[in-house]
Amino acid sequence: MSEHTEHSESGIPVKHVIGFIASIVLTLVAAYTTVMSGLPVPWIIAIIMILAVIQAVLQLVMFMHIAEKNPIPQYGNILFGFFIAAVVIAGSIWVMSFGMSDMDMDSGGGSGGGSEEMDHSEH
Amino acid sequence: MSEHAELKTGPLEYRREDGPLTILGFWIFLAAEVVLFSTLFATYAVLFGRYGEATPAHELFEMPMALTMTFLLLVSSFTCGIAVHMMRKESLKGLVIWLIITLALGLGFLGFEIYEFVHYVHEGATIQSSAFWSAFFTLTGTHGLHVTLGVFWCTAIIIQLIRFGLTPVIARKTFVIGLYWHFLDVVWIFIFTAVYLIGMVV
Repeated sequence: MSEHTEHSESGIPVKHVIGFIASIVLTLVAAYTTVMSGLPVPWIIAIIMILAVIQAVLQLVMFMHIAEKNPIPQYGNILFGFFIAAVVIAGSIWVMSFGMSDMDMDSGGGSGGGSEEMDHSEH
Repeated sequence: MSEHAELKTGPLEYRREDGPLTILGFWIFLAAEVVLFSTLFATYAVLFGRYGEATPAHELFEMPMALTMTFLLLVSSFTCGIAVHMMRKESLKGLVIWLIITLALGLGFLGFEIYEFVHYVHEGATIQSSAFWSAFFTLTGTHGLHVTLGVFWCTAIIIQLIRFGLTPVIARKTFVIGLYWHFLDVVWIFIFTAVYLIGMVV
């Protein structure tokens, strides 16, 4: 027989309902922050990214049973995956932000700072 | 044979000795998928705003559309969670019904995504239009492809459930498709936030 330790006997488990409602609320708060709040853009980006991370953790814990007692622990790999993902994304943005302002098509490409950097890289 | 030893208690998908190992293997696959999507997100972030001659994103992205797709996938993730719950209560009928609901919601999501892509192409934003739109269609398209694969996979699992019933092997397969489906929702949360919301505000 299966164990019912974490679930109510009848119908839909409480844990899933909490996760589901929290996800909807977080989505709506993120949408509201974006469209209606009128905050400065960097603030909006920071807030909605934090909301997204919270929602992702909710999915992992509430629906994917990541913290559940298993014969083999399962969270190590996925945490490492998220670590690599964060490094790849943050690293790419960081590296590619150098000199990006000089590469805009409107500015004609060959402004002072940009060509100096080009010279350095060629030597 | 100890290989086929089955426990009598605990969730069905963990009872065979190879069940937990297969599920662990699938978590490793998901970790690799996280890294795959991270490269696409990084490309998108780096090429953000490089529209060239094409229409900018904030003129095309619409909140009702993005929210509808998000809710379809959120609800399908929830129904998929219920399906796995039904499996753990050893209710085959409940499991199949909730999986079919999940499948229908997944198809709804795909329908909206295809409609969205067609709409953008009509507005002059194709994968060839500019660096930004290439990155956009690659990122959302890769996610859409994963959902499509999930729909076929889920259909195959439902057929197996109906034909063979709830055995530890099929239970493990069902648990794995469940993980995959939730994972697609996790990726979509970040697409919704980093692509649609930021695209509307910047």
